[in-house]
Amino acid sequence: MERKEWPLWEVFVRSRNGLDHKHCGSVHAPDAKLALQVARDVYTRRQEGVSIWVVEAGNIVASDPDAKPELFDPAEDKIYRHPTFYQLPDEVNHM
Amino acid sequence: MTTTPAHIEYVTRLGDNALILGQRMSEWCGHAPVLEEDMALANMSLDLIGQARMLLTHAGKLEGKGRDEDQLAFLRTEMHYRNLTLCELPNVDFGRTMVRNFLFASLQVLLWERLLASSDTELAAIAAKSLKEARYHAQHAGDWVVRLGDGTAESHERAQAALDYLWPYTAEFFAANPTDEAIAAAGIGPAWSELEAAWEAVVVPVLNEATLTVPARTPFKSYGKFGRHSEHLGHLLSEMQYLQRTYPGAQW
Repeated sequence: MERKEWPLWEVFVRSRNGLDHKHCGSVHAPDAKLALQVARDVYTRRQEGVSIWVVEAGNIVASDPDAKPELFDPAEDKIYRHPTFYQLPDEVNHM
Repeated sequence: MTTTPAHIEYVTRLGDNALILGQRMSEWCGHAPVLEEDMALANMSLDLIGQARMLLTHAGKLEGKGRDEDQLAFLRTEMHYRNLTLCELPNVDFGRTMVRNFLFASLQVLLWERLLASSDTELAAIAAKSLKEARYHAQHAGDWVVRLGDGTAESHERAQAALDYLWPYTAEFFAANPTDEAIAAAGIGPAWSELEAAWEAVVVPVLNEATLTVPARTPFKSYGKFGRHSEHLGHLLSEMQYLQRTYPGAQW
């Protein structure tokens, strides 16, 4: 018998209005509409969300794990990029 | 509002539909074709069992003999159950399960919409909660019916076989006896004759989209909601009621 696996969909759930959608896992589903439905059934059973995004996993472009040294290490010694590096004058509030 | 036997009977029917289909659907737990559908079916079973709890509790209060939801669910025999025959039929395969859910949930959506305006305010409150659940069930099952019917040769064949098997049992949805006439007259629920055309207007376009052939109506009749059941209900009850029958009064 021919076996065809359903495509994999990555699931992003927004827990409350105003917050970001966060990646929470993945589901297999035959198409986008059913992917949303099963994501609802698998990931929001305990009131975890108010909105769901699904993205077919193949449509996500990911960085190469082997390229971590050249991609991320150069930021290591650039502490001045953090806003906390600078002393703010007292007049500047709410930063 | 004075409680009538018809009122108790009507609420019991609604509760039994939810309980028996919820129990039947829960048989998929751990056995569905994929994990995602396993959870979806278990979720929907739990929706239905939640509805059954509210409805049977309400029926017990209307009856006024001190029977609670558990006594009604676990200590009645087949002839005292008032669910539609369709709800007790075996699952057989995923196709029949989804076609059944679609036919039933589509009815429930229309029924709960009308029961929002029931003269029984408790029933109207139950309808408000159940309507949201039924809408999801109808959507989910309807999407599956289209995908199975308009899918592979095998899925089409199974979906069509399921529809051919189940369709005659849908005539029972709209069958009426003096109970139904009393319910419509008291403003507790809609007249079934009013729902039939509305149900077909919802169901038939989806079946057409699924490339399924809608069977012709036949003289076949089933009578579950009047208390005469198929041979399948007894087996379902023997499993569902086993614990309470073996250890009377057991709590967990």
